[in-house]
Amino acid sequence: MLEISIILGLAVLLAWPLGHYMTSVYSARPHWGDVVFSPVERVIYKVTGINPDQGMGWKAYAKSLVLFNLVLGVIAFAVLKFQHLLPMNPDNIGPLSWDLALHTAVSFLTNTNQQHYSGQAQLTYLSQGVLIVTLQFLTPAIGLAACVAILRGMVGGLNSETAKEGEARNLGNFYTDVIRGTLRVLIPLALLLALLLTSQGVPSTFSGAAMATPVDAQAGLEVQEIPRGPVSAMVAIKQLGTNGGGFFGPNSSNPYENPTPISNMLQTISLILVPIAIVFMAGRLIGRKSLSTLAFTVMATFSVTMVAASVYSERQENAALAGLSAAGPNMEGKEVRFGTDPSALWATLTTQTSNGSVNSMHDSLNPMAGLVTRAGMLINSTWGGIGSGFINFIVYLWIAIFIAGLMIGRTPELFGRKVETKEIKALGMLIVLPAMVILGLTAITVAFPALTGNSNPGFHAVSQVFYEYTSAFANNGSGFEGLNDDSPWWNVTAVVALILGRYLPILLPLAIAGWMASKRETKAKENAIKLSGATFCVTVIAVILIINFLSFLPSAVIGPIGEGLEIASGNAFVE
Amino acid sequence: MLNPKSLSLVKTSLGKLHPRIAMRNPVMFVVWVSTLITAAFTLTSLVTGQDFGFQLATTLILFATLCFSNYSESVAEEQGKGQAQSLKKSRTALKARLIRKDQETFVDASRVKKNDLVTVKEGEVIPVDGEIVEGIATVNESAVTGESAAVLREAGGDRSGVIGGTTLLSGNLVIRVTSEPGATFLDRMIALVEGASRQKTPNEIALTVLLAALTLVFLLVVVTLPPMAGFLGVSLDMVMLIALLVCLIPTTIGGLLPAIGIAGMNRAFKANIIAKSGKAVEVAGDIDVLLLDKTGTITYGDRQATDFLPVGKATMQELVDASVLTSLQDSTAEGKSIVKLAHESRFEKPVLQGDYEIIAFSAETRLSGIQLSEHEISVKGARDAIVNWAKARDLAIPKDLDPVTESVSKQGATPLVVANQSKILGVIALSDVIKPDIKERFTKLRSLGVKTVMVTGDNPVTAGVIAAKAGVDDFIAEAKPEDKLALIKDYQAQGLLVAMVGDGTNDAPALAQADIGLAMNSGTQAAKEAGNMVDLDSDPAKLISVVEIGKQLLVTRGSLTTFSLANDVAKYFAIIPAVFAGALPVVAGLDFMNLHSPTSAVLSALIFNALIIPVLIPLATRGVKMGNVNAETLLRNNMLMFGLGGLVVPFVAIKFIDMILATIV
Repeated sequence: MLEISIILGLAVLLAWPLGHYMTSVYSARPHWGDVVFSPVERVIYKVTGINPDQGMGWKAYAKSLVLFNLVLGVIAFAVLKFQHLLPMNPDNIGPLSWDLALHTAVSFLTNTNQQHYSGQAQLTYLSQGVLIVTLQFLTPAIGLAACVAILRGMVGGLNSETAKEGEARNLGNFYTDVIRGTLRVLIPLALLLALLLTSQGVPSTFSGAAMATPVDAQAGLEVQEIPRGPVSAMVAIKQLGTNGGGFFGPNSSNPYENPTPISNMLQTISLILVPIAIVFMAGRLIGRKSLSTLAFTVMATFSVTMVAASVYSERQENAALAGLSAAGPNMEGKEVRFGTDPSALWATLTTQTSNGSVNSMHDSLNPMAGLVTRAGMLINSTWGGIGSGFINFIVYLWIAIFIAGLMIGRTPELFGRKVETKEIKALGMLIVLPAMVILGLTAITVAFPALTGNSNPGFHAVSQVFYEYTSAFANNGSGFEGLNDDSPWWNVTAVVALILGRYLPILLPLAIAGWMASKRETKAKENAIKLSGATFCVTVIAVILIINFLSFLPSAVIGPIGEGLEIASGNAFVE
Repeated sequence: MLNPKSLSLVKTSLGKLHPRIAMRNPVMFVVWVSTLITAAFTLTSLVTGQDFGFQLATTLILFATLCFSNYSESVAEEQGKGQAQSLKKSRTALKARLIRKDQETFVDASRVKKNDLVTVKEGEVIPVDGEIVEGIATVNESAVTGESAAVLREAGGDRSGVIGGTTLLSGNLVIRVTSEPGATFLDRMIALVEGASRQKTPNEIALTVLLAALTLVFLLVVVTLPPMAGFLGVSLDMVMLIALLVCLIPTTIGGLLPAIGIAGMNRAFKANIIAKSGKAVEVAGDIDVLLLDKTGTITYGDRQATDFLPVGKATMQELVDASVLTSLQDSTAEGKSIVKLAHESRFEKPVLQGDYEIIAFSAETRLSGIQLSEHEISVKGARDAIVNWAKARDLAIPKDLDPVTESVSKQGATPLVVANQSKILGVIALSDVIKPDIKERFTKLRSLGVKTVMVTGDNPVTAGVIAAKAGVDDFIAEAKPEDKLALIKDYQAQGLLVAMVGDGTNDAPALAQADIGLAMNSGTQAAKEAGNMVDLDSDPAKLISVVEIGKQLLVTRGSLTTFSLANDVAKYFAIIPAVFAGALPVVAGLDFMNLHSPTSAVLSALIFNALIIPVLIPLATRGVKMGNVNAETLLRNNMLMFGLGGLVVPFVAIKFIDMILATIV
């Protein structure tokens, strides 16, 4: 318990100054870091021909975002499909199949890092160390850029002082935002973390796999091949950028990715560091600190409650083996060196933040913790993915403000700008979207049992399928492993979920912010809803809970809830 | 048993089942389609000889849900219809005396065109809307306003408008017609009251979209259940699934939404306010600033003499004598009050003798008085006017004049200075009497977040005192009519929504500029055209009621939406275990309400779902109470009442219905 409190406390403590720093990065205020970064940025602007002062309306911003992603996606697909022909392949690894290459490309492009391959065996150093690491830096920066643009739109854009009602507003320059975010936030943080991890023994090399002679000659193995590579660099950004795609298949449960308690602590903090910093940045950036207070209160409430439930759940004995094995906490799928508390904490935070890296196997969580990981991904804004998590929070906020606004007898408005039919239409699409994608794809897949490739029967099998699509849609990337997911069906349908789950929840809010930005601003403060007030906090929490509860309760009944009830009734092995 | 009124209610309710009408409400349309499907299942079971009791019961309850929703709309419409009926009566078969080429001809009122001239004689019904060109008259407007006291109407000025259908009590008029046939004020009012021209308001449309999105979510939830259950080797009962769907979609708010909108308009009509659109009523709820004329709104408007204050060497007797002399022939309320005050103060009333000449008030001199003889003169007027008058006659200005006038002003009264041929005598204090309940109304508005601004021609000191007494937030003193327009634009530029009340033609631009312009029915046609609401009672304080009605409209919608969504939690816990009961017995663990049987659980939830609509009709048509509280408290109250209440009530109610069903079955 103490360990968990220290980790969470440290994360918040470190996120506070980071949030301040990020505010200065995105408001382009002078900063001592300019000495280092400005010359580099000037070179990049010169080479790429970007005019950093060129403001963009929401449409131009969205267009740039889509175009940039398309280009990255095509490059990623090509590299993965033809990696055997490209350099940096000391272990002579072959190409990926078209569907696996497509899934992998889209998965990393969408900041999801859902892996249907096993890193060390199927990807070359170029694919892992260059392509994937590049995407792991750029995709969080893209999410963050979109979030910052939306925040600017919420208060009328950068030109709100001069622009007239109905005029398009300047939401910033997409490319500048991405470059500044990558260069000034993610790279320095990742460098620091990589150094710290290397100090803990995480490999950092471009040499091929190491060859070792097993100590135990009876193992029947002459030479053991131990894969390694530029691990610490990748692990650092994997954790910091809500990416989650590890160097090795077992991710951070592998001792090379996560060797010591210190490395485990550093990596756990890194899961939530930037997402919490964004919460602190958001209100500051637009001069509405109540937004930060509200978001922090709501998210912290969810986060702590879910961590508590998860930790409690894993301290109980393994539900499936109840009464059969020795009593004690649920150690199935966990590293003995970590134990249940840090594993449960990691599992909860990694699903809350759309990171998806693991230090234990989620497939083996007790039903309650399994439900918590699902809930974290469905809510997808408890800290959430970098940028995208806060955007999701803004969406919940808009819905809550609409209902609460009506309840106090005013046309609903946020920061003086009205939420009207046009915005509600887009919000309605965002409400329908998760149910449509997750429930729809799950239903189609289980309707043809041959497609599923399950490792488990019954309730748990439905859970696995549901979890896979939820993880893809939420851009999380973790899996209820045991699913034979490298099949054309899984690869292609997951790509659909990935794309719909990444781009619509960014582009629709961007449009809403753009529309609202150019509206007439009401300045009356007295009768507006107090964002940081206790009542409104509860209202937002209620809206988040009710939307997800109503959308996903029945499917959860056929999944983890049914499983839990089944185990509770002692019928676990009846098939 | 059934009286004709409730019979017509049933008839209109059933009429709304027509698919074209049903489709207008997406939530209820899903129920409509669901009813057909369950009916088909019932028939199939009937033909194949299977047990159809549950299916029939479900079909009937769904049908009842539809009817209840339509009924609520009909009830709301019915409330407005009574008013429309009485309006229609006054429109029928009117004849007009049309003046053409100096000849009067009788024609049907419906054939009179805009800008035609029409004569109306004493005792006749005014055939069309118009503006008086000639004449002065008293009019009974009870047909439109329900108020039987006669009102004065005269050519020129701000009281020249007459409404078709009202009765001329005295005087003869020539009026210029101001509306085209079929588009008179009365016609428009009837259309509005009957709901013929009712359009969904912006917030209502937004809410409908949100409810449609939620309905789609629930459709997806239910449609994807069978394949998932099928994977576990379980097949689910279709009728149960439809029951689940209907229970989940927000039928409570979906069913009551039209009724809430109609009832909101009706509440405006009941307050004798004609809103030109439902949107206007809704916008009224958003008002940030309310501009009010002091006179007539905050005060009664007729200032009364409350004190005589001699200055210099003048005696009280001299002052009162002169004051009364100047006021004997003054028929204004102020003049009369001076005579009255003198009388009450037991001063003897001077008697007018011989030739005298009245000095009438004029814009140049700004004083009035009486010339009794060549050497005897008494005048009264504003301080500056009298001082100028005295200076022109080389009279001394007493040193205590300014202190006295200032102290009168500071008390919120208007000083009227009185002088005669030899000296300045003193000051009459004229006080504005503030309406008794106005302060409470402003307090309420402030709690609703509306800032009140008083506009007055008074000097800043007087205005300040009255503002403080009446409890307005701000005031604009020495304002000219055209200042109002500038003021509104100024507030709007600050991002505030402004409402104002006006009656004069020179108010028209400001009424049009304001987000809410409430025109007085007694005002000019121009003012009435410019505003987006007309107050038939011509009571400017009515704007406060409009703000409340607008807010209440939104509060009712928001609260019932919250209630409707919160209800779903309990319904899930009732129906989900029932849906899976046969095939996956473990799921029964969720049934902590411990309901009698799967079928009784589903039917209980459905019955609750249907009955809650008629139960809430009174709340929907009356509106949710708001009280004198700020936004934060209002939100908390409504979240507790409709959010928490919506969570708890169905658990209790469903359990209760289930217990009753258990004894029947």
